[in-house]
Amino acid sequence: MNMIEAINSAMDVALARDSNVTILGEDVGFFGGVFRATAGLQAKHGKTRVFDTPITECGIIGVAVGMAAYGLRPVPEIQFADYIYPALDQLVSEAARLRYRSAGEFPMPITVRSPFGGGIFGGQTHSQSPEGIFTHVSGLKTVVPSNPYDAKGLLLASIEDNDPTIFFEPKRIYNGPFDGHYDRPVSPWAKHEGSEVPEGYYTVPLGKAAIVRAGADVTILTYGTMVHVARAAVEELGVDAEVIDLRTLVPLDIETIEASVKKTGRCLIVHEATRTSGFGAELAAMVQERCFYHLEAPVERVTGFDTPYPHSLEWAYFPGPIRIGMALEKVMKD
Amino acid sequence: MTSEVDSESGRRNLPPLSLHIPEPHYRPGDVADFSNIAIPAAGVTPRPDSAAAAATMRDMVYGLVRVLDDDGKAVEPWDPRLTPERLRAMLRAMALTRAFDERMFRAQRQGKTSFYMKSTGEEAVAVAATFALDREDMCFPSYRQQGILIARDWSLVDMMNQIYSNKADRLKGRQLPIMYSTREGAFFSISGNLATQYPQAVGWAMASAAKGDTKIAATWCGEGSTAEGDFHSACMFATVYRAPVILNVVNNQWAISSFAGFAGGDETTFAARAVGYGMAGLRVDGNDPLAVYAATAWAAERARTNHGPTLIEHFTYRAEGHSTSDDPSQYRSADEGAHWPLGDPIARLKTHLIGLGEWSDDRHATQDLELAELVKASAKEAEKNGILGHGMHQPFETMFEDVFEEMPWHLKEQSAQMAAERTRKWPDKKSGDPV
Repeated sequence: MNMIEAINSAMDVALARDSNVTILGEDVGFFGGVFRATAGLQAKHGKTRVFDTPITECGIIGVAVGMAAYGLRPVPEIQFADYIYPALDQLVSEAARLRYRSAGEFPMPITVRSPFGGGIFGGQTHSQSPEGIFTHVSGLKTVVPSNPYDAKGLLLASIEDNDPTIFFEPKRIYNGPFDGHYDRPVSPWAKHEGSEVPEGYYTVPLGKAAIVRAGADVTILTYGTMVHVARAAVEELGVDAEVIDLRTLVPLDIETIEASVKKTGRCLIVHEATRTSGFGAELAAMVQERCFYHLEAPVERVTGFDTPYPHSLEWAYFPGPIRIGMALEKVMKD
Repeated sequence: MTSEVDSESGRRNLPPLSLHIPEPHYRPGDVADFSNIAIPAAGVTPRPDSAAAAATMRDMVYGLVRVLDDDGKAVEPWDPRLTPERLRAMLRAMALTRAFDERMFRAQRQGKTSFYMKSTGEEAVAVAATFALDREDMCFPSYRQQGILIARDWSLVDMMNQIYSNKADRLKGRQLPIMYSTREGAFFSISGNLATQYPQAVGWAMASAAKGDTKIAATWCGEGSTAEGDFHSACMFATVYRAPVILNVVNNQWAISSFAGFAGGDETTFAARAVGYGMAGLRVDGNDPLAVYAATAWAAERARTNHGPTLIEHFTYRAEGHSTSDDPSQYRSADEGAHWPLGDPIARLKTHLIGLGEWSDDRHATQDLELAELVKASAKEAEKNGILGHGMHQPFETMFEDVFEEMPWHLKEQSAQMAAERTRKWPDKKSGDPV
């Protein structure tokens, strides 16, 4: 399966297992979503379980909050993460806090799915990585898969979780992994690890990172599309790096991070989102607090630049193997 | 030949545009005169069938559903014909709401809590509507519908514990006073962010319908909050999915210091918002408890029979300040409330019951005393559990509970940090001790 098929399969399984799971969003019903992630689900599970909505993100999330208050498990789709901002108040002030402010009377088992990230010539409005906005909010969980197997298992775990979860789908790797070189074709998932996806039910637990490449000399902390770009950079540079796919940003698997950095003594953080106040800043601070006496070089960050996403200059903006390689050289220098 | 075109800008010699800034009719120092407000007589606004198509009742949004006439007599066609017992119960709940407000307002002034919001003059909007709903119907209120809980005989002590944020506060001292929440009371957690409850109520109603349940939802917001995007998203969803929901707009004329004109109230009615969505809309005399009851019962029947949502504008007046932090004398005429042409909802129902021979001034005075005593006794009971800022709150470590279902490591670490801070500051105190 590719990642789209795995995500589709996760929702299919969730709908079949629990009659309270409800999917809503723009174009998700009859058409099956612009990326086809919900294809066939309405026909199979019915119109009241999977349905199209008006184009109002605030309404989609607000309605999902009400559905969760009733006892459903809504899985709203925001068609692109760039369009999540009109729904921000319902996510940040409502979904995230309702369990807390009602002292547990109104848990919010909502899973907001949203394709995110660039590298598809999507310009400023189809490319953003807003995860840092959500990791900053108390009460939200933030999940980013990097391969089809994880995507299905993490999505099922998110839907079953009783807390509101933002599930960001890296759309650059929907159809296959990507080495960060825009002039090379994306190879289909079928040829790669992580594409062996069982048809039935399984979960990948939230809050557990994966060591996707063991190494001794430097720890690379990353997630989503950048897992593949970082691995390509490591191979091109011939560095013995340990690459950690965080999978869940909140809750974070601090044990795996800490153990790895203490072992390697060096740390590089890679994400596509803009740099200032990005999630990488939080990771760098945590590594400094917990591993300072084990570090042999300053923690480095590779990120997108602090500009809006430029359409024609997308590949100059996108953090590729070259940018990662330069940072690796710096972090390995001493 | 002289050109009409300015040579530098190339602009024609047009008159300058001007921006319209709405202005309320009366400011401090003015004598209020509401004779400009058109108030149809009781009985004039027709009562359509609750299954009628929205398009056939567009005039309803410009009328005013009224049952009680100027003499306190109930007039058809909207008279809900309630029994005297029911009328007296409604009167009592409204009077109790007012007594509760009085006492809690004073408690704030005495420093027992940080904040309070009265519903004076608007008691019918919450109380009479609740009487027309089923006990299981879910309410998504704004912050001025304490009358819902009182109409449902919810414990006053429980409400006061929340206001005092004390050790018995079911919300563990996390919410601003008056932002109640009780799932058991079918009363959704109140948000300070305006109109967020609107799409939530619609979503709840949609879920009820999707599950084949029989319960409906009702929500309330102020006329100022109708300017929020959430209001419009909610109307859209409610109409599209024919959600079994009642959308109440409490037009009490003022959003803190901004008059209703800033939310579009000078140009049309708030009920008329329904027309654009193809939804049934009713405009109701919000100070007429029987009209509020009748309109809510109509909308509830419509929702319960799968005929969809209703938007109800309750035309009323905020007789007091926005909150204990507000000073309305700074922005509105001091005598406005006295001139409000629709009177006081409690007085109107009282007059009606006396006219029926089912009530008397003496009984009313006795009841007022009894309710004041009840509120006073409840307050004393609640104060035994503590008042704000005097210790007797929830144990400190509860601060970290309920952020997530299970506490993650970073919150455990922060909880331990807070405990260490406390130990250094108050070495002899335990977590639940007053400080």
